[in-house]
Amino acid sequence: MSIDTDTARRVAKLARIKVEEDALPALAQEFSAILGFIEQLEEVDVDGIEPMTSVTPQRLKRRDDVVTDGSQQQAVLKNAPDAREGFFAVPKVVE
Amino acid sequence: MTDLNKLTIAEARDALKKGETTSVALTEACLAAIDAQGVLNAVVHKTPELAMEQAKAADARGYADAPALSGIPLGIKDLFCVKGVDTQAASGILKGFKPEYDSTVTTKLFENGAVMLGKTNMDEFAMGSSNEHSAYGPSVNPWKVDDRQLTPGGSSGGSASAVAADLCIGAIGTDTGGSIRQPAAFTGTVGIRPTYGRVSRYGIVAYASSLDQAGPMTKTVRDTAIMLTAMSGHDMRDSTSADIAVPDFEAALTGDIKGKTIGIPREYRLDGLNAEIAGLWDKGADMLRDAGAKVVDVSLPHTKYALPAYYVIAPAEASSNLARYDGVRFGHRATLGAGDGINEMYEKTRAEGFGAEVQRRIMVGTYVLSAGFYDAYYNRARKVRTLIKRDFENVFASGVDAILAPTTPSPAFGIGEVSDADPVQMYLNDVFTVTLNLAGLPGVSVPAGLDANGLPLGLQLIGKPWEEADLLNIAYSLEGSTGFVAKPQKWW
Repeated sequence: MSIDTDTARRVAKLARIKVEEDALPALAQEFSAILGFIEQLEEVDVDGIEPMTSVTPQRLKRRDDVVTDGSQQQAVLKNAPDAREGFFAVPKVVE
Repeated sequence: MTDLNKLTIAEARDALKKGETTSVALTEACLAAIDAQGVLNAVVHKTPELAMEQAKAADARGYADAPALSGIPLGIKDLFCVKGVDTQAASGILKGFKPEYDSTVTTKLFENGAVMLGKTNMDEFAMGSSNEHSAYGPSVNPWKVDDRQLTPGGSSGGSASAVAADLCIGAIGTDTGGSIRQPAAFTGTVGIRPTYGRVSRYGIVAYASSLDQAGPMTKTVRDTAIMLTAMSGHDMRDSTSADIAVPDFEAALTGDIKGKTIGIPREYRLDGLNAEIAGLWDKGADMLRDAGAKVVDVSLPHTKYALPAYYVIAPAEASSNLARYDGVRFGHRATLGAGDGINEMYEKTRAEGFGAEVQRRIMVGTYVLSAGFYDAYYNRARKVRTLIKRDFENVFASGVDAILAPTTPSPAFGIGEVSDADPVQMYLNDVFTVTLNLAGLPGVSVPAGLDANGLPLGLQLIGKPWEEADLLNIAYSLEGSTGFVAKPQKWW
Protein backbone atom coordinates (compact mmCIF):
# COMPACT_ATOMS: atom_id res chain seq x y z
CA MET A 1 0.00 0.00 0.00
CA SER A 2 1.30 3.41 -0.92
CA ILE A 3 1.10 6.07 1.77
CA ASP A 4 0.41 9.61 0.61
CA THR A 5 1.51 12.80 2.35
CA ASP A 6 -1.97 13.38 3.77
CA THR A 7 -1.84 10.01 5.54
CA ALA A 8 1.70 10.72 6.76
CA ARG A 9 0.53 14.06 8.15
CA ARG A 10 -2.42 12.40 9.90
CA VAL A 11 -0.22 9.68 11.45
CA ALA A 12 2.30 12.24 12.68
CA LYS A 13 -0.54 14.17 14.26
CA LEU A 14 -1.93 11.05 15.95
CA ALA A 15 1.55 10.21 17.25
CA ARG A 16 1.99 13.78 18.53
CA ILE A 17 5.25 14.24 16.63
CA LYS A 18 5.74 17.49 14.73
CA VAL A 19 6.83 16.81 11.17
CA GLU A 20 7.53 19.81 8.96
CA GLU A 21 5.50 19.99 5.76
CA ASP A 22 8.56 19.58 3.53
CA ALA A 23 9.59 16.38 5.37
CA LEU A 24 6.27 14.63 4.75
CA PRO A 25 6.94 13.22 1.26
CA ALA A 26 10.12 11.43 2.40
CA LEU A 27 8.32 10.13 5.48
CA ALA A 28 5.45 8.86 3.34
CA GLN A 29 7.97 7.03 1.16
CA GLU A 30 9.57 5.35 4.18
CA PHE A 31 6.17 4.27 5.46
CA SER A 32 5.34 2.84 2.05
CA ALA A 33 8.54 0.78 2.05
CA ILE A 34 7.89 -0.57 5.54
CA LEU A 35 4.22 -1.30 4.88
CA GLY A 36 5.13 -2.95 1.60
CA PHE A 37 7.35 -5.28 3.59
CA ILE A 38 4.66 -5.91 6.20
CA GLU A 39 2.08 -6.75 3.56
CA GLN A 40 3.68 -10.17 3.04
CA LEU A 41 1.51 -11.14 5.99
CA GLU A 42 -1.50 -11.14 3.66
CA GLU A 43 -0.16 -14.37 2.12
CA VAL A 44 -0.68 -16.27 5.37
CA ASP A 45 -3.86 -18.24 5.91
CA VAL A 46 -4.99 -17.15 9.37
CA ASP A 47 -8.54 -18.49 9.22
CA GLY A 48 -9.58 -19.79 12.61
CA ILE A 49 -6.31 -18.73 14.28
CA GLU A 50 -6.55 -16.85 17.55
CA PRO A 51 -4.45 -13.70 17.85
CA MET A 52 -1.76 -14.16 20.49
CA THR A 53 -2.39 -12.34 23.74
CA SER A 54 0.23 -13.93 25.99
CA VAL A 55 3.33 -15.69 24.75
CA THR A 56 3.74 -17.80 27.88
CA PRO A 57 0.35 -19.11 28.88
CA GLN A 58 0.12 -18.29 32.55
CA ARG A 59 -2.38 -16.87 34.92
CA LEU A 60 -1.09 -13.53 36.10
CA LYS A 61 -0.20 -13.49 39.78
CA ARG A 62 -2.57 -11.66 42.04
CA ARG A 63 -1.85 -9.94 45.29
CA ASP A 64 -3.97 -8.58 48.09
CA ASP A 65 -5.70 -5.35 47.11
CA VAL A 66 -3.86 -3.15 49.58
CA VAL A 67 -1.69 -0.08 49.28
CA THR A 68 1.97 -1.11 49.09
CA ASP A 69 3.59 2.10 47.95
CA GLY A 70 3.01 5.82 47.83
CA SER A 71 3.64 9.11 49.61
CA GLN A 72 6.61 9.83 47.39
CA GLN A 73 5.65 13.19 45.95
CA GLN A 74 9.21 14.54 45.93
CA ALA A 75 10.58 11.46 44.16
CA VAL A 76 7.76 11.50 41.62
CA LEU A 77 8.30 15.17 40.76
CA LYS A 78 12.10 15.00 40.88
CA ASN A 79 12.63 14.59 37.12
CA ALA A 80 9.81 16.84 35.95
CA PRO A 81 10.79 19.59 33.49
CA ASP A 82 8.44 21.96 35.34
CA ALA A 83 7.09 21.13 38.80
CA ARG A 84 5.48 23.77 41.00
CA GLU A 85 3.92 23.59 44.44
CA GLY A 86 3.76 19.83 44.34
CA PHE A 87 2.25 19.59 40.85
CA PHE A 88 3.40 18.94 37.29
CA ALA A 89 3.01 22.23 35.43
CA VAL A 90 1.84 22.24 31.80
CA PRO A 91 0.90 24.93 29.29
CA LYS A 92 -2.69 25.98 28.72
CA VAL A 93 -4.91 22.93 28.09
CA VAL A 94 -8.35 24.50 27.56
CA GLU A 95 -8.99 27.24 25.02
CA MET B 1 48.31 -10.49 37.99
CA THR B 2 48.36 -8.48 34.80
CA ASP B 3 45.50 -7.46 32.55
CA LEU B 4 42.87 -8.14 35.17
CA ASN B 5 40.22 -6.67 32.88
CA LYS B 6 40.78 -9.58 30.48
CA LEU B 7 39.58 -12.17 32.99
CA THR B 8 36.30 -13.99 32.62
CA ILE B 9 33.76 -13.88 35.44
CA ALA B 10 34.67 -17.43 36.48
CA GLU B 11 38.39 -16.62 36.46
CA ALA B 12 37.91 -13.40 38.40
CA ARG B 13 35.68 -15.15 40.92
CA ASP B 14 38.29 -17.86 41.47
CA ALA B 15 41.13 -15.34 41.77
CA LEU B 16 39.14 -13.36 44.33
CA LYS B 17 38.36 -16.53 46.30
CA LYS B 18 42.04 -17.49 46.37
CA GLY B 19 43.05 -14.00 47.41
CA GLU B 20 45.15 -13.54 44.26
CA THR B 21 43.49 -10.23 43.51
CA THR B 22 40.93 -7.81 44.87
CA SER B 23 37.79 -6.31 43.47
CA VAL B 24 39.43 -2.90 43.80
CA ALA B 25 42.26 -4.05 41.52
CA LEU B 26 39.82 -5.63 39.05
CA THR B 27 37.66 -2.52 39.05
CA GLU B 28 40.62 -0.17 38.62
CA ALA B 29 41.83 -2.25 35.65
CA CYS B 30 38.40 -2.02 34.01
CA LEU B 31 38.03 1.70 34.73
CA ALA B 32 41.47 2.31 33.16
CA ALA B 33 40.42 0.31 30.09
CA ILE B 34 37.20 2.34 29.87
CA ASP B 35 39.15 5.60 30.13
CA ALA B 36 41.18 4.38 27.13
CA GLN B 37 38.13 3.25 25.11
CA GLY B 38 38.49 6.16 22.69
CA VAL B 39 36.46 5.72 19.53
CA LEU B 40 34.78 2.52 20.76
CA ASN B 41 32.36 4.76 22.68
CA ALA B 42 31.05 1.68 24.46
CA VAL B 43 30.60 3.10 27.97
CA VAL B 44 28.65 6.36 27.83
CA HIS B 45 28.05 7.19 31.51
CA LYS B 46 30.94 6.19 33.74
CA THR B 47 30.24 5.55 37.42
CA PRO B 48 33.77 5.21 38.89
CA GLU B 49 32.79 6.41 42.36
CA LEU B 50 29.93 3.95 42.67
CA ALA B 51 32.19 1.22 41.24
CA MET B 52 34.99 1.82 43.74
CA GLU B 53 32.52 1.98 46.62
CA GLN B 54 30.98 -1.36 45.58
CA ALA B 55 34.42 -2.91 45.01
CA LYS B 56 35.64 -1.88 48.45
CA ALA B 57 32.45 -3.24 50.01
CA ALA B 58 32.96 -6.58 48.24
CA ASP B 59 36.60 -6.78 49.36
CA ALA B 60 35.62 -5.86 52.93
CA ARG B 61 32.99 -8.58 52.99
CA GLY B 62 35.46 -11.21 51.85
CA TYR B 63 35.00 -14.05 49.37
CA ALA B 64 34.34 -17.07 51.52
CA ASP B 65 30.63 -17.90 50.95
CA ALA B 66 30.28 -14.68 48.96
CA PRO B 67 27.37 -14.30 46.55
CA ALA B 68 27.88 -15.29 42.92
CA LEU B 69 29.05 -11.99 41.45
CA SER B 70 30.88 -10.60 44.46
CA GLY B 71 33.38 -7.98 43.35
CA ILE B 72 32.82 -8.58 39.61
CA PRO B 73 32.80 -5.33 37.54
CA LEU B 74 30.01 -5.15 34.96
CA GLY B 75 28.73 -2.84 32.23
CA ILE B 76 25.02 -1.99 32.41
CA LYS B 77 23.05 -1.16 29.27
CA ASP B 78 21.66 2.37 29.39
CA LEU B 79 18.14 0.89 29.38
CA PHE B 80 18.26 -0.23 33.04
CA CYS B 81 17.18 2.22 35.73
CA VAL B 82 19.78 2.68 38.46
CA LYS B 83 18.90 5.11 41.21
CA GLY B 84 20.69 8.44 40.82
CA VAL B 85 22.58 7.32 37.70
CA ASP B 86 21.86 8.76 34.24
CA THR B 87 19.44 6.44 32.45
CA GLN B 88 18.80 7.77 29.03
CA ALA B 89 18.05 4.79 26.75
CA ALA B 90 20.48 6.58 24.40
CA SER B 91 17.72 9.09 23.69
CA GLY B 92 17.70 12.86 23.70
CA ILE B 93 14.26 12.79 25.26
CA LEU B 94 15.64 11.29 28.50
CA LYS B 95 18.68 13.54 28.72
CA GLY B 96 19.43 14.23 32.35
CA PHE B 97 16.94 11.63 33.63
CA LYS B 98 18.14 10.13 36.90
CA PRO B 99 15.70 7.48 38.15
CA GLU B 100 14.52 7.48 41.72
CA TYR B 101 14.50 3.67 41.78
CA ASP B 102 16.46 0.62 40.61
CA SER B 103 15.47 -2.00 38.06
CA THR B 104 14.96 -5.46 39.52
CA VAL B 105 17.82 -6.83 37.42
CA THR B 106 20.37 -4.32 38.72
CA THR B 107 19.04 -4.78 42.25
CA LYS B 108 19.63 -8.52 41.93
CA LEU B 109 23.10 -8.00 40.47
CA PHE B 110 24.02 -5.65 43.30
CA GLU B 111 22.59 -8.06 45.89
CA ASN B 112 24.88 -10.65 44.32
CA GLY B 113 27.83 -8.37 44.94
CA ALA B 114 28.36 -7.01 41.42
CA VAL B 115 30.22 -3.77 40.75
CA MET B 116 28.76 -1.30 38.23
CA LEU B 117 31.33 0.39 35.99
CA GLY B 118 28.90 2.51 34.01
CA LYS B 119 26.16 2.62 31.42
CA THR B 120 26.78 1.16 27.98
CA ASN B 121 25.87 2.56 24.58
CA MET B 122 22.89 1.23 22.58
CA ASP B 123 20.46 2.09 19.83
CA GLU B 124 17.92 4.61 21.06
CA PHE B 125 15.17 2.83 23.03
CA ALA B 126 16.73 -0.46 21.83
CA MET B 127 15.49 0.16 18.29
CA GLY B 128 18.25 -0.76 15.90
CA SER B 129 20.74 -3.38 14.79
CA SER B 130 23.93 -1.32 14.55
CA ASN B 131 24.17 1.05 17.53
CA GLU B 132 24.20 3.88 14.99
CA HIS B 133 20.90 5.30 16.25
CA SER B 134 22.22 6.67 19.53
CA ALA B 135 22.15 10.11 21.10
CA TYR B 136 25.75 9.41 22.19
CA GLY B 137 26.92 8.70 18.65
CA PRO B 138 27.72 5.20 17.42
CA SER B 139 29.58 2.58 19.40
CA VAL B 140 32.34 0.90 17.41
CA ASN B 141 33.28 -2.77 17.20
CA PRO B 142 36.76 -3.58 18.59
CA TRP B 143 37.12 -6.04 15.70
CA LYS B 144 38.75 -4.32 12.74
CA VAL B 145 40.25 -5.87 9.62
CA ASP B 146 40.70 -2.92 7.26
CA ASP B 147 40.26 0.85 7.21
CA ARG B 148 36.60 0.66 8.04
CA GLN B 149 35.11 1.05 11.48
CA LEU B 150 32.58 -1.71 12.01
CA THR B 151 29.39 -1.63 14.02
CA PRO B 152 29.18 -3.87 17.09
CA GLY B 153 25.58 -4.63 16.13
CA GLY B 154 22.63 -3.51 18.15
CA SER B 155 20.80 -2.61 20.04
CA SER B 156 23.09 -3.77 22.90
CA GLY B 157 26.16 -2.70 20.90
CA GLY B 158 27.96 -0.88 23.72
CA SER B 159 27.71 -3.89 26.03
CA ALA B 160 29.02 -6.20 23.30
CA SER B 161 31.85 -3.85 22.39
CA ALA B 162 32.79 -3.41 26.06
CA VAL B 163 32.88 -7.17 26.71
CA ALA B 164 34.85 -7.94 23.53
CA ALA B 165 37.35 -5.13 24.21
CA ASP B 166 37.80 -6.20 27.86
CA LEU B 167 36.48 -2.90 29.22
CA CYS B 168 34.46 -4.98 31.69
CA ILE B 169 34.31 -8.56 32.91
CA GLY B 170 30.70 -8.99 31.82
CA ALA B 171 27.68 -6.90 30.86
CA ILE B 172 23.91 -6.96 30.53
CA GLY B 173 21.74 -6.25 27.55
CA THR B 174 18.15 -6.64 26.42
CA ASP B 175 16.78 -8.56 23.46
CA THR B 176 13.49 -7.63 21.78
CA GLY B 177 14.27 -8.92 18.28
CA GLY B 178 17.90 -10.01 18.53
CA SER B 179 19.52 -7.17 20.45
CA ILE B 180 21.68 -9.43 22.64
CA ARG B 181 22.46 -12.23 20.19
CA GLN B 182 23.28 -10.20 17.05
CA PRO B 183 25.83 -7.95 18.84
CA ALA B 184 27.30 -11.03 20.55
CA ALA B 185 27.77 -12.65 17.14
CA PHE B 186 29.33 -9.48 15.68
CA THR B 187 31.87 -9.22 18.52
CA GLY B 188 32.84 -12.85 19.19
CA THR B 189 31.08 -12.92 22.56
CA VAL B 190 28.31 -14.96 24.18
CA GLY B 191 24.81 -13.74 24.97
CA ILE B 192 21.51 -15.31 25.92
CA ARG B 193 17.98 -14.07 25.57
CA PRO B 194 16.08 -16.04 28.22
CA THR B 195 12.53 -17.38 28.04
CA TYR B 196 9.99 -14.55 28.18
CA GLY B 197 9.18 -14.13 31.87
CA ARG B 198 12.44 -15.56 33.21
CA VAL B 199 13.89 -12.15 34.04
CA SER B 200 11.88 -9.26 35.49
CA ARG B 201 11.34 -6.29 33.20
CA TYR B 202 10.67 -3.91 36.11
CA GLY B 203 12.76 -0.77 35.78
CA ILE B 204 13.89 -1.50 32.24
CA VAL B 205 12.88 1.26 29.82
CA ALA B 206 10.17 -0.46 27.74
CA TYR B 207 10.32 -0.89 23.98
CA ALA B 208 7.92 -3.74 23.09
CA SER B 209 6.71 -5.28 26.32
CA SER B 210 5.56 -8.65 24.96
CA LEU B 211 8.99 -9.23 23.39
CA ASP B 212 11.53 -7.54 25.71
CA GLN B 213 13.79 -9.71 27.87
CA ALA B 214 17.06 -8.86 29.60
CA GLY B 215 20.05 -11.18 29.59
CA PRO B 216 23.79 -11.42 30.18
CA MET B 217 26.52 -10.68 27.60
CA THR B 218 29.81 -12.30 28.47
CA LYS B 219 33.09 -13.79 27.29
CA THR B 220 32.10 -17.44 27.83
CA VAL B 221 29.05 -19.67 28.16
CA ARG B 222 29.98 -20.35 31.80
CA ASP B 223 29.92 -16.63 32.55
CA THR B 224 26.51 -16.33 30.91
CA ALA B 225 25.24 -19.17 33.11
CA ILE B 226 26.62 -17.51 36.26
CA MET B 227 25.00 -14.17 35.45
CA LEU B 228 21.68 -15.60 34.30
CA THR B 229 21.27 -17.44 37.60
CA ALA B 230 21.77 -14.15 39.43
CA MET B 231 19.40 -12.14 37.20
CA SER B 232 16.44 -14.55 37.00
CA GLY B 233 13.42 -15.08 39.17
CA HIS B 234 9.90 -14.02 39.91
CA ASP B 235 9.21 -10.40 40.76
CA MET B 236 5.91 -9.08 42.11
CA ARG B 237 6.63 -5.84 40.25
CA ASP B 238 6.46 -7.52 36.83
CA SER B 239 3.21 -9.43 36.47
CA THR B 240 4.60 -11.29 33.43
CA SER B 241 7.62 -12.61 35.31
CA ALA B 242 7.15 -16.31 35.93
CA ASP B 243 6.96 -17.87 39.37
CA ILE B 244 9.15 -20.80 38.34
CA ALA B 245 12.17 -22.08 40.25
CA VAL B 246 15.51 -20.84 38.93
CA PRO B 247 18.05 -23.65 38.55
CA ASP B 248 21.78 -23.16 39.05
CA PHE B 249 22.60 -22.74 35.39
CA GLU B 250 26.33 -23.11 35.93
CA ALA B 251 25.84 -26.49 37.62
CA ALA B 252 24.10 -27.67 34.43
CA LEU B 253 27.27 -27.25 32.37
CA THR B 254 28.47 -30.83 32.12
CA GLY B 255 29.29 -30.71 28.42
CA ASP B 256 27.55 -34.07 28.05
CA ILE B 257 25.00 -33.83 25.26
CA LYS B 258 24.79 -37.50 24.35
CA GLY B 259 21.30 -38.44 23.26
CA LYS B 260 20.19 -34.85 22.67
CA THR B 261 18.38 -34.11 19.42
CA ILE B 262 19.33 -30.96 17.53
CA GLY B 263 17.04 -29.61 14.82
CA ILE B 264 18.30 -27.83 11.70
CA PRO B 265 15.48 -25.65 10.34
CA ARG B 266 15.41 -25.81 6.56
CA GLU B 267 13.64 -22.46 6.18
CA TYR B 268 16.71 -20.69 7.64
CA ARG B 269 18.78 -21.74 4.64
CA LEU B 270 17.86 -18.58 2.76
CA ASP B 271 18.59 -18.08 -0.92
CA GLY B 272 21.92 -16.36 -1.19
CA LEU B 273 22.91 -17.09 2.42
CA ASN B 274 26.54 -16.06 3.03
CA ALA B 275 28.56 -19.16 2.07
CA GLU B 276 30.91 -18.92 5.04
CA ILE B 277 27.99 -18.71 7.45
CA ALA B 278 26.32 -21.69 5.75
CA GLY B 279 29.59 -23.62 6.05
CA LEU B 280 30.01 -22.75 9.69
CA TRP B 281 26.45 -23.82 10.37
CA ASP B 282 27.17 -27.25 8.84
CA LYS B 283 30.35 -27.47 10.88
CA GLY B 284 28.47 -26.62 14.06
CA ALA B 285 25.99 -29.42 13.33
CA ASP B 286 28.90 -31.83 12.79
CA MET B 287 30.46 -30.81 16.09
CA LEU B 288 27.24 -31.45 17.99
CA ARG B 289 26.89 -34.81 16.21
CA ASP B 290 30.48 -35.71 17.12
CA ALA B 291 29.65 -34.84 20.74
CA GLY B 292 26.91 -37.47 20.70
CA ALA B 293 23.83 -35.51 19.67
CA LYS B 294 21.45 -36.61 16.96
CA VAL B 295 21.02 -33.99 14.24
CA VAL B 296 17.74 -33.89 12.33
CA ASP B 297 16.17 -31.64 9.71
CA VAL B 298 13.14 -29.74 10.95
CA SER B 299 10.66 -27.34 9.41
CA LEU B 300 9.45 -24.01 10.77
CA PRO B 301 7.11 -23.13 7.91
CA HIS B 302 6.18 -19.59 8.99
CA THR B 303 9.77 -18.38 9.43
CA LYS B 304 9.50 -16.02 6.48
CA TYR B 305 6.68 -14.12 8.15
CA ALA B 306 8.42 -13.54 11.48
CA LEU B 307 10.17 -10.34 10.47
CA PRO B 308 7.08 -8.65 8.97
CA ALA B 309 5.00 -9.73 11.99
CA TYR B 310 7.66 -8.31 14.28
CA TYR B 311 7.63 -5.00 12.43
CA VAL B 312 3.92 -4.69 13.13
CA ILE B 313 3.86 -5.89 16.74
CA ALA B 314 7.03 -4.18 18.02
CA PRO B 315 6.20 -0.70 16.63
CA ALA B 316 2.59 -1.04 17.83
CA GLU B 317 3.74 -1.74 21.37
CA ALA B 318 6.43 0.94 21.10
CA SER B 319 3.91 3.59 20.02
CA SER B 320 1.96 2.83 23.17
CA ASN B 321 4.95 2.51 25.53
CA LEU B 322 6.63 5.66 24.27
CA ALA B 323 3.49 7.77 24.64
CA ARG B 324 4.75 8.46 28.18
CA TYR B 325 7.47 10.75 26.82
CA ASP B 326 5.29 13.83 26.72
CA GLY B 327 7.46 16.51 28.27
CA VAL B 328 5.46 16.50 31.50
CA ARG B 329 6.76 14.00 34.02
CA PHE B 330 10.40 13.44 33.09
CA GLY B 331 12.93 14.11 30.40
CA HIS B 332 13.07 16.79 27.76
CA ARG B 333 10.49 19.51 27.19
CA ALA B 334 10.76 21.73 24.12
CA THR B 335 10.99 25.50 24.46
CA LEU B 336 7.55 26.76 23.56
CA GLY B 337 6.52 29.79 21.57
CA ALA B 338 4.02 32.40 22.67
CA GLY B 339 0.54 30.97 22.47
CA ASP B 340 1.69 27.33 22.26
CA GLY B 341 -0.70 25.02 24.09
CA ILE B 342 -0.32 21.48 25.32
CA ASN B 343 -0.53 19.85 21.87
CA GLU B 344 2.31 22.01 20.57
CA MET B 345 4.27 21.04 23.65
CA TYR B 346 3.78 17.32 22.96
CA GLU B 347 4.54 17.61 19.27
CA LYS B 348 7.62 19.80 19.57
CA THR B 349 8.99 17.87 22.55
CA ARG B 350 8.69 14.52 20.80
CA ALA B 351 10.05 15.84 17.49
CA GLU B 352 13.12 17.25 19.25
CA GLY B 353 13.65 14.41 21.71
CA PHE B 354 13.23 11.29 19.58
CA GLY B 355 15.70 10.29 16.88
CA ALA B 356 14.65 9.43 13.33
CA GLU B 357 14.32 5.65 13.75
CA VAL B 358 12.31 5.96 16.95
CA GLN B 359 9.96 8.49 15.34
CA ARG B 360 9.58 6.16 12.38
CA ARG B 361 8.66 3.17 14.55
CA ILE B 362 6.26 5.17 16.72
CA MET B 363 4.47 6.39 13.61
CA VAL B 364 4.36 2.96 11.99
CA GLY B 365 2.94 1.62 15.25
CA THR B 366 0.40 4.42 15.37
CA TYR B 367 -0.64 3.63 11.81
CA VAL B 368 -1.09 -0.13 12.30
CA LEU B 369 -3.17 0.49 15.42
CA SER B 370 -5.32 3.22 13.88
CA ALA B 371 -9.00 2.77 13.15
CA GLY B 372 -9.55 0.84 9.95
CA PHE B 373 -6.10 -0.80 9.94
CA TYR B 374 -6.07 -2.53 13.31
CA ASP B 375 -7.51 -5.79 11.99
CA ALA B 376 -5.62 -5.78 8.73
CA TYR B 377 -2.22 -5.24 10.34
CA TYR B 378 -2.11 -5.65 14.09
CA ASN B 379 -4.57 -8.50 14.56
CA ARG B 380 -3.25 -10.33 11.51
CA ALA B 381 0.29 -10.04 12.86
CA ARG B 382 -0.80 -11.44 16.21
CA LYS B 383 -2.42 -14.40 14.45
CA VAL B 384 0.77 -15.02 12.50
CA ARG B 385 2.61 -14.87 15.81
CA THR B 386 0.41 -17.70 17.07
CA LEU B 387 1.39 -19.74 13.99
CA ILE B 388 5.10 -19.01 14.47
CA LYS B 389 4.93 -20.21 18.06
CA ARG B 390 3.03 -23.30 16.95
CA ASP B 391 5.82 -24.11 14.47
CA PHE B 392 8.30 -24.29 17.34
CA GLU B 393 5.90 -26.27 19.53
CA ASN B 394 5.50 -28.87 16.79
CA VAL B 395 9.27 -29.21 16.40
CA PHE B 396 9.85 -29.59 20.14
CA ALA B 397 6.93 -32.04 20.40
CA SER B 398 8.66 -34.21 17.80
CA GLY B 399 11.52 -34.79 20.25
CA VAL B 400 13.91 -31.98 19.33
CA ASP B 401 15.79 -30.54 22.32
CA ALA B 402 17.29 -27.47 20.65
CA ILE B 403 17.52 -25.83 17.24
CA LEU B 404 20.80 -24.77 15.65
CA ALA B 405 20.90 -21.80 13.25
CA PRO B 406 23.17 -18.93 12.32
CA THR B 407 22.78 -15.87 14.52
CA THR B 408 23.14 -13.30 11.73
CA PRO B 409 23.04 -13.33 7.94
CA SER B 410 26.45 -11.56 7.72
CA PRO B 411 29.50 -10.63 9.79
CA ALA B 412 29.73 -7.12 11.28
CA PHE B 413 29.22 -4.39 8.66
CA GLY B 414 30.77 -0.94 8.45
CA ILE B 415 29.28 2.12 10.07
CA GLY B 416 27.08 3.90 7.55
CA GLU B 417 27.06 0.95 5.13
CA VAL B 418 23.45 -0.01 5.58
CA SER B 419 21.44 2.83 4.19
CA ASP B 420 19.20 4.86 6.41
CA ALA B 421 17.00 5.57 3.42
CA ASP B 422 15.74 1.98 3.31
CA PRO B 423 14.96 0.90 6.87
CA VAL B 424 13.93 -2.57 5.70
CA GLN B 425 17.56 -3.38 4.78
CA MET B 426 18.58 -2.84 8.40
CA TYR B 427 15.62 -4.86 9.66
CA LEU B 428 16.83 -7.91 7.70
CA ASN B 429 19.69 -8.26 10.21
CA ASP B 430 17.19 -9.76 12.62
CA VAL B 431 15.92 -12.43 10.24
CA PHE B 432 17.33 -15.38 12.26
CA THR B 433 16.90 -13.91 15.73
CA VAL B 434 13.43 -12.42 15.75
CA THR B 435 11.47 -15.67 15.41
CA LEU B 436 12.11 -16.80 18.95
CA ASN B 437 11.19 -13.42 20.47
CA LEU B 438 7.77 -13.86 18.87
CA ALA B 439 7.58 -17.37 20.32
CA GLY B 440 8.89 -16.31 23.75
CA LEU B 441 11.74 -18.84 23.58
CA PRO B 442 15.30 -18.71 24.91
CA GLY B 443 18.20 -18.38 22.47
CA VAL B 444 21.94 -18.18 22.97
CA SER B 445 24.59 -16.99 20.53
CA VAL B 446 28.02 -18.62 20.68
CA PRO B 447 31.07 -17.47 18.70
CA ALA B 448 31.79 -20.23 16.22
CA GLY B 449 34.70 -19.06 14.10
CA LEU B 450 36.22 -16.31 11.99
CA ASP B 451 35.39 -15.53 8.39
CA ALA B 452 38.05 -15.23 5.67
CA ASN B 453 38.65 -11.59 6.66
CA GLY B 454 39.09 -12.49 10.31
CA LEU B 455 35.73 -11.31 11.63
CA PRO B 456 33.81 -13.40 14.17
CA LEU B 457 30.64 -15.27 13.26
CA GLY B 458 28.09 -16.67 15.66
CA LEU B 459 25.83 -19.68 15.84
CA GLN B 460 22.56 -19.61 17.69
CA LEU B 461 20.90 -22.34 19.71
CA ILE B 462 17.17 -22.02 20.37
CA GLY B 463 15.68 -23.93 23.29
CA LYS B 464 12.40 -24.96 24.82
CA PRO B 465 10.65 -22.59 27.22
CA TRP B 466 12.24 -22.66 30.70
CA GLU B 467 14.95 -25.07 29.53
CA GLU B 468 17.84 -22.59 29.60
CA ALA B 469 19.91 -25.04 31.66
CA ASP B 470 19.78 -27.67 28.93
CA LEU B 471 20.27 -25.01 26.26
CA LEU B 472 23.35 -23.55 27.94
CA ASN B 473 24.81 -27.03 28.34
CA ILE B 474 24.49 -27.63 24.60
CA ALA B 475 26.03 -24.18 23.99
CA TYR B 476 28.85 -25.13 26.37
CA SER B 477 29.54 -28.27 24.37
CA LEU B 478 29.54 -26.29 21.12
CA GLU B 479 31.84 -23.66 22.62
CA GLY B 480 34.27 -26.41 23.65
CA SER B 481 34.18 -27.97 20.19
CA THR B 482 34.74 -24.74 18.28
CA GLY B 483 37.66 -23.83 20.53
CA PHE B 484 37.04 -20.17 19.69
CA VAL B 485 39.61 -18.06 21.56
CA ALA B 486 40.29 -15.20 19.11
CA LYS B 487 40.32 -11.69 20.52
CA PRO B 488 40.45 -8.34 18.72
CA GLN B 489 43.89 -6.71 18.62
CA LYS B 490 43.91 -3.37 20.42
CA TRP B 491 43.93 -0.50 17.89
CA TRP B 492 41.65 2.03 19.59
